Amino acid sequence: MTSYLEFEKPIAELESRIADLRETANGEINIDAEVAKLQDKVDRQIRAVYGKLTPWQKTMVARHPERPHFKHYVAGLFDEFVPLAGDRAFGDDQAILGGFARKGDTRLMVIGHEKGDDTQSRLKHNFGMGKPEGYRKAIRLMDLADRFGLPVVTLIDTAGAFPGIQAEERGQAEAIARSTEHCLALGVPLVAMVLGEGGSGGAVALAAADRVLMMEHAVYSVISPEGCASILWRTGDKADEAAAAMRITASDLKSLGVVDQVIEEPLGGAHRDHAGTIANIGEALFSSLGALDGIAPADLRTRRQDKYLRIGVV
Amino acid sequence: MTWLNRVRNAIPFVAKRETSEQLWHKCKGCGEMVFLKEYEDNQHVCPSCDHHGRIRPAQRFEALFDKGSWTTLPTPLVREDPLKFRDTKRYVDRLKQARQATGESDALINAMGEIAEQKAVIGVQDFAFMGGSMGLGVGEAFILGTKAAIENNCPYIIFTASGGARMQEGILSLMQMPKMTVGVQRLKDAGLPYIVVLTDPTSGGVMASYALLGDLHLAEPGATLAFTGRRVIENTIREKLPDDFQTSEYLLDHGMIDMIVHRHALRDKLSTVMGYLMAGRTANRAA
Repeated sequence: MTSYLEFEKPIAELESRIADLRETANGEINIDAEVAKLQDKVDRQIRAVYGKLTPWQKTMVARHPERPHFKHYVAGLFDEFVPLAGDRAFGDDQAILGGFARKGDTRLMVIGHEKGDDTQSRLKHNFGMGKPEGYRKAIRLMDLADRFGLPVVTLIDTAGAFPGIQAEERGQAEAIARSTEHCLALGVPLVAMVLGEGGSGGAVALAAADRVLMMEHAVYSVISPEGCASILWRTGDKADEAAAAMRITASDLKSLGVVDQVIEEPLGGAHRDHAGTIANIGEALFSSLGALDGIAPADLRTRRQDKYLRIGVV
Repeated sequence: MTWLNRVRNAIPFVAKRETSEQLWHKCKGCGEMVFLKEYEDNQHVCPSCDHHGRIRPAQRFEALFDKGSWTTLPTPLVREDPLKFRDTKRYVDRLKQARQATGESDALINAMGEIAEQKAVIGVQDFAFMGGSMGLGVGEAFILGTKAAIENNCPYIIFTASGGARMQEGILSLMQMPKMTVGVQRLKDAGLPYIVVLTDPTSGGVMASYALLGDLHLAEPGATLAFTGRRVIENTIREKLPDDFQTSEYLLDHGMIDMIVHRHALRDKLSTVMGYLMAGRTANRAA
C-alpha cells in the first residue's frame, strides 16, 4: 500500500484507476494499451507535480515514510557492513548507527541516522532523533576511523537531536559540539550525504564534511519550518511560508555554498525507486571519496577547516 | 513615561524630570525596587538577592579589564541579509532597529586589554541585539577574536548570551557552528587557552557548539543554560521538568561546567585560572 502526500492526489487517482483496471480485467482481457495510456498520464502528472515542488512540499517528500533510510542505503551501497555499538560511557543509541563498511576493496566507516520504517522500528530508533550517547558513539567511531586510516561517510536523516529531559541531563549540547569538532579534526576524508531531513544541530554534528552531497528533494535547515513559523510568525500554520523564506532546498543550499553536489532523484522521488536512488548517490559518493583519496591528513584537515571559515565572509 | 513628561523632556530649556523608570530598577529575582544607580554600580547584580541581571559588552569590559588598558576590536564585514529574509517584518528592518537600539553593529563585540596585567581578548555576546542570536556577524567576530588572541599570544575568553541561531539567516546561521568550532581548534593548535563564561541566557546552537568547547567552563549564578528550551521539551515530550532544570547550578551538578562564579569575583577568578593556563608558555619563554 503506497502512501500518497496531499499534493499527490491526482497521481493517486490515476494509479488507482490502473489498479482497478487490472483487477477488473483479471488477466483475461488485454488491457495493455489502456494501461500504457494511463501510465503515460501518470508519468506526465508526476513530472508536472515534482517539477515544481514548493519547499514545504519538498519537506513532506523528505519525510515520506517510504523514503529509503540508513539500512536501505547501507545494504545497497556496500558489499559488507559490520555494525559497531556503544559509546563506552552510557549506552548504545539506536537513532545513530555506525560500523565498518566495504565496497570492493574500499573499506570505510559509515555513521548515520536511522528513522525506522514501521511503528515498531520507529520507536526502536527513536524516529532518528539521536541522544548524547549516539553522538558520543559517532565520536568514538570517527576516532577509530582516524587512527586506522578509514574514510568516513555519514548519512544524515533526522528531524533533529532528541529534545528530552534525559538527553539534556547527559549533555546533549556538549555531545553535539564535540561531534562537530571531531568531524572538523579528522585526518581522513569525510563525505556527508543529506538524504532526507537535515535537522539543525543534530544534523550538522555529523555533516561538517569535506564534501556534502544532498538528495534533490532533501531539506536541510537550522530549524523545522513549523518551529520557525511558530517563533517568527507566532503560528505553526505558516510553515509553508517559513520553509520558503529559510531557503532549505538542495538547490538553495548549493547556491549558498553549503552543499557541494545535488543528487538527482528518480521520477516521483526516492520513495518510488529505492534502487535507482541508491545507484545515483553511490556514484557520487565513490567519486567524491576517490577525489579525496591520497591527500595528506594535515592538508585535508586544513582544507576542511578553511572551507567552513570562508562561509559568510565578504 | 507620561505624555506630559515626554513633552516636558523634549523641551530643551526645561530641566528633564527624572521618571520612576530612570530612577528605579525592579529586580527580576526578588521583585525589590533598587535604586538604578546602585544597581548599575553593582554590575547589574541585585544588592538584596544577588540576582545577576543582563549586562552590555562595554560594562563587561569596564568591569573585567584593568582601567584604561582595553580597546574594542573592529567589527567584521559580512554578507548582509543573505537570504533576503522576511517574516512578519523584513530582516533588514529588524537589523536596523537592533543597531539603533544598541549602537552596535551585531551581537558579539571583542575587546583586547589586560586582566590584572595579563593580556586577554574578551568577546561578549549582547543579548540586547536580537537576543544575542548567532549569524554571520557573530561567527565572523568570534573568528576575529580568536585570531587577535593568537596574534597576541593570549587567551580568548567568550561571554555567551544568546537565544541560539539567527533564523533569519537560515542554514548560514547553522553553519556558524562548525565555523566557530574551527576558531576554537585554531586556538588549541596554537596552544592558547579558550575560556567560556556562560551567562544568562545561553541556548540552542550556541550551547551545542562554542559554548561547551572551552578548556574551562565558568558560569554566572542562576543563568538559564539550555540546549532545547524548557517549553519545547514540555510541549513535545510532555515530561515533568525539575525546577532547577537548565540552570548554572544544574549544569554544575551534571558535570558540564567547572565552577559558578559571582560576577563580582569573575575578574579575580579569570586572572587566577589564566595564570595556570599560561604558566607553561611563560616558563618556556623565560627559558
